[in-house]
Amino acid sequence: MGNTALENQIKRQSNRRMLELLEISKRFDGVFAIKDVSFSISLGSITGLIGPNGAGKTTLFNVITGFLNPENGTVNFQNRPLTGLSPFKIALSGIGRTFQNLRIIKGLSVEENILLALSEGRVIRSIIKAFERRDSKVEEEKVKELLEVVGLSDKRYDLAGDLSYGQQKLLTIACCLALEPRLLLLDEPVAGIAPEMIEKILGIIKELPSKGKSVIMIEHNLDAIMQVCDRVIFMDAGKKICEGTPEEVRNDPRVIEAYID
Amino acid sequence: MDYFFHILIVIGIYSIVAMSLNLLAGYTGLISVAHAAFYGIGAYTTALLSLKAGLPFWVNIFAGILASGIIAFLMAWPSLRTFDDFFVITTFAFQIIIFSIMNNWVSFTGGPLGLPGIPRPIILGITISSHLMFLFFVASFVMPIYLMLNQIADSSFGRVLKAIREDEIFAISMGKDVIKYKITVFVIGATIASVGGSLYAYYISFIDPTSFTIIESIFMLSIVIIGGAGKLSGSIAGAALLIFIPEFLRFIDMPNSIAANMRQIFYGLLLVIFMMFRPQGLFGEYSFGESNKKAKQ
Repeated sequence: MGNTALENQIKRQSNRRMLELLEISKRFDGVFAIKDVSFSISLGSITGLIGPNGAGKTTLFNVITGFLNPENGTVNFQNRPLTGLSPFKIALSGIGRTFQNLRIIKGLSVEENILLALSEGRVIRSIIKAFERRDSKVEEEKVKELLEVVGLSDKRYDLAGDLSYGQQKLLTIACCLALEPRLLLLDEPVAGIAPEMIEKILGIIKELPSKGKSVIMIEHNLDAIMQVCDRVIFMDAGKKICEGTPEEVRNDPRVIEAYID
Repeated sequence: MDYFFHILIVIGIYSIVAMSLNLLAGYTGLISVAHAAFYGIGAYTTALLSLKAGLPFWVNIFAGILASGIIAFLMAWPSLRTFDDFFVITTFAFQIIIFSIMNNWVSFTGGPLGLPGIPRPIILGITISSHLMFLFFVASFVMPIYLMLNQIADSSFGRVLKAIREDEIFAISMGKDVIKYKITVFVIGATIASVGGSLYAYYISFIDPTSFTIIESIFMLSIVIIGGAGKLSGSIAGAALLIFIPEFLRFIDMPNSIAANMRQIFYGLLLVIFMMFRPQGLFGEYSFGESNKKAKQ
């Protein structure tokens, strides 16, 4: 029942653009890291962002999430411009992200890392809450639910730093999901981990569109991209070279050339 | 016996200051060398109000809290937009400014001559005059402050502070207004330091600018680091250690001028030893230096 309602909602909104980038440019010391990149992401899609190192993929993520300000161009999220918003506001507005170099708090437990995302963001209220009571029942339930999604239920009270690399990647996804984002930007979610773990993470990513979430993922593992993405964007030297279905992009001579070099 | 009580009182006052600095430096990773300035603002506000207006002690302590809170807010607003070492430099500059004001505004603060004759606090008609009474008086501040800070550190608010210390970018990406958190915690730290300052002014009954120099700030930071950053009880232990042990130097037959310098050497030596062999301090969970490594990745 709930599912069909959600599907209807997704259908109704499917012509709406989730994210739209218009002629984004970003320079570092005069050199273009990104030059005139435009594309849009529709609701409930999984888009792969590929390209050689230094193509500007992570820079693009940093621009979308507000960590970097572009020199030119605008980013629209759910038809509203994100220009000038600070990164934490963009995170709260529904764009979650993970980082290539695994950002979690290793000295806190798995549960606490997730609670960090769930907890009250308003500063004064959170201090008042400090004198009221412990983490609420609602948050407890939410943590349990998220840990089930990523399959880390048995690691709940372990230190995040004691998890394996792959489990830490799962935890970053759980933290990201705790924000209840509409759009997830995943920076190399399956790089450097064991094949079974890759399958597990890809399985989680594949489920996201059915929950009304869109995904953009940067990944060098082309098999993973082919397996989960419905669109792929290929970037090189700061420019968008081509865009299309995974098949189209894989057979594009410019992509083949870049990957053989 | 009074001598022993005296040491305990000083330890109590420094525990308050060190715990509040621990909230900044230990929990949040905000290394401030301006803590003696806020300690001094509390002391001077209290001293001036009780000398010139004759107000009761609880009004004066509250006024000190208000004054240092407002000044801390005005200072934190611009300077917490800087990072790491730059923040330390802004607090350094602030410390120098506050010291200069205390030292040079002679008509108001008494300048280098200080403010003598601060009256003893009176509670319910009883004047706190003996060392023992003062010890209870100070303890009645140390306990609630410890409990309050512990509650804050252990809450979801405290969790965000730890996240800011470990990985600011991650805290931001989890939707936390990191700058606002830092400003808030800086103001909380400053107000509690001012309570310590007020108690100091009442206890010693004479204050002058030399008690609120950068050396004093660094001493407070040493207590936090040696006691253990990110652990409140560590700050109490650190205060006890750093105040108790040098007192033994008094019993060694040594000219006073040399003994005073020996103390500085002792603090420096202790800090170096801890940095080399136990960077997390006596009870701490977090070593200084590790977060810097991460930030550079």
